[in-house]
Amino acid sequence: MRHFFSYLAEPGLLSSGPVRVALLVGTVVAITSGVVGVFTVTRGQSFAGHALADVATTGGSGAFLIGLNQFWGFLVFGIGTAAFLEIIGVQRRRGRDVATGVVLGAALGLAALFLYLGSATTSTTGASFTVLFGSIFVIAPSTVPILIASGLIALLVIVPLSRVLLLSSLSPDIAAARGVPVRAVGAAYLIALAVSVSLSAVAIGAVLSTALLIGPAATALRIAKGPVRATAVAAMIGVIATWLGILLAYDSYYWPPQGHSWPVSFFIVALVVVFYLLTYLRRPSRSRKAESATARSGDRACSAAS
Amino acid sequence: MFSGFMMNTWIAATIVAVIAGVVGFFAVLRGSTFAAHAIPNGAFAGAAGASLLGISTLVGLAVFSVAGALGIGVLGRRARHDVATALVLVLMLGLGALFVSVNSQYAQETYALLFGEVFGVSRGDLLPIAGLGAVSVAVIAGVFRPLMLSSALPEVAAARGVGARRMEIVFLLIMALATSMTVPVVGALLMFSLMIGPAAAARSFTSRPGAAITLSVAFGLATVWTGIVVSYETNWPLGFFVGAGGAAFYLAGRAWATARRTRAVRSGGPAGPIAAGVPG
Repeated sequence: MRHFFSYLAEPGLLSSGPVRVALLVGTVVAITSGVVGVFTVTRGQSFAGHALADVATTGGSGAFLIGLNQFWGFLVFGIGTAAFLEIIGVQRRRGRDVATGVVLGAALGLAALFLYLGSATTSTTGASFTVLFGSIFVIAPSTVPILIASGLIALLVIVPLSRVLLLSSLSPDIAAARGVPVRAVGAAYLIALAVSVSLSAVAIGAVLSTALLIGPAATALRIAKGPVRATAVAAMIGVIATWLGILLAYDSYYWPPQGHSWPVSFFIVALVVVFYLLTYLRRPSRSRKAESATARSGDRACSAAS
Repeated sequence: MFSGFMMNTWIAATIVAVIAGVVGFFAVLRGSTFAAHAIPNGAFAGAAGASLLGISTLVGLAVFSVAGALGIGVLGRRARHDVATALVLVLMLGLGALFVSVNSQYAQETYALLFGEVFGVSRGDLLPIAGLGAVSVAVIAGVFRPLMLSSALPEVAAARGVGARRMEIVFLLIMALATSMTVPVVGALLMFSLMIGPAAAARSFTSRPGAAITLSVAFGLATVWTGIVVSYETNWPLGFFVGAGGAAFYLAGRAWATARRTRAVRSGGPAGPIAAGVPG
């Protein structure tokens, strides 16, 4: 029995400093991303969520270039992009995706420039790789308080707005008729998304940031009834995927090839996608069908309104 | 600037700009911008996997971009399209992280695959690019009418028996085809910038499909040619100039569309095709 447990979780898992920091930061990121993600998926802004993560990493390499703490670069670029997308203010989903794409293309070009300028002086070929994939095991403990604080800020913006946000996501016309300032709410939401995404991108890399933002939320929206439960389920799925992923990455040191851990990003992403695919095994019940029908008509209302 | 190896760069960049302009027009029209980002970006994981197994990079790119296209198409049937795209993208990138970590010597090449090595194109690279480029343009020409119809008026297309889902898969596969050939040359980033910026700008200037495709190709060529010249002079990466050029064309297109709309409103005349709701 004892042997079994030591096989399951390698002894020393919880006494290792990097693992503790990783578990703490991973939990904060998973909860924030899960909550924000439910709105991102409902509003159909997955692309913006992903683009913000990529753009934030550009800010990170820019900050690296001028010798600032990377986190501020992430934050400034993330919020700047969110503001820019809001100013362009394309309400229709298709046009919005195009605007997001153009901003993303320009930002990635800028990233190429920053990496080039950085490597011309210091020769870091692996920089692009680290920026994109990050690593949850190499977070400096000194940045942990800032990470937790920005997660809390994102939640503090989102939670009070949640009712208004849901209404204006599903039916902007009704929201506007009830006196909801739809644009302002959308802008506040985008800023919260930018803060949350830059938080997770700096901590765990752009890839994992998108995975934790979209995967758990999409899974929760398929299985949970009502937005409040979906939010809770999304946060829970994110936390479980993160913990299991860290555990597996820690264990994988003993898997082939010998003496080399598998990347934690891979495990977390794989778990998130597996959880999502598992929901496909459930047969859609009658109420679920009705719900997706209303969601779809909400979509139509969105496109008709713009 | 036009010496031996630079000639290859000019030819390769021209071919890529033409393919990207044509494919990008449909990507923008259909709102498949996220897929246009996801397929080239995710495909690089295939290259990493291929180098791990010791087979040709091209095979890995082709397998992953086709698998990605099918994944987006199939998952997108029963869920939000952007959710399916995001999940397929992160899964492919997660696999890429795994492949790269197992095969650590590959890390340097990831930079080239993401940001491109357009100045390192050899004569041998040109033939496959030209071949696959011709194939993807030919496929688009072959399905032009149904593709156009299902992109612009999905309901009408469905009534005429053009399946929206089938067209979606066909289009994503065309994108995968164009991607697998161009990514090793110009990089995932450049391919994406070239597909979206010029095509989006072209749609602001005209609403006629033929003219828009021509404009999109012309903008793409202008971007990439200027980029090569400036990049050659300054030694800065080409991806930066292409990204900036695409954004500049897009902003110009938006400004033009806004100006036309205000003029139409002021004169009280017919709003014209742009004001009639062509997304910017």
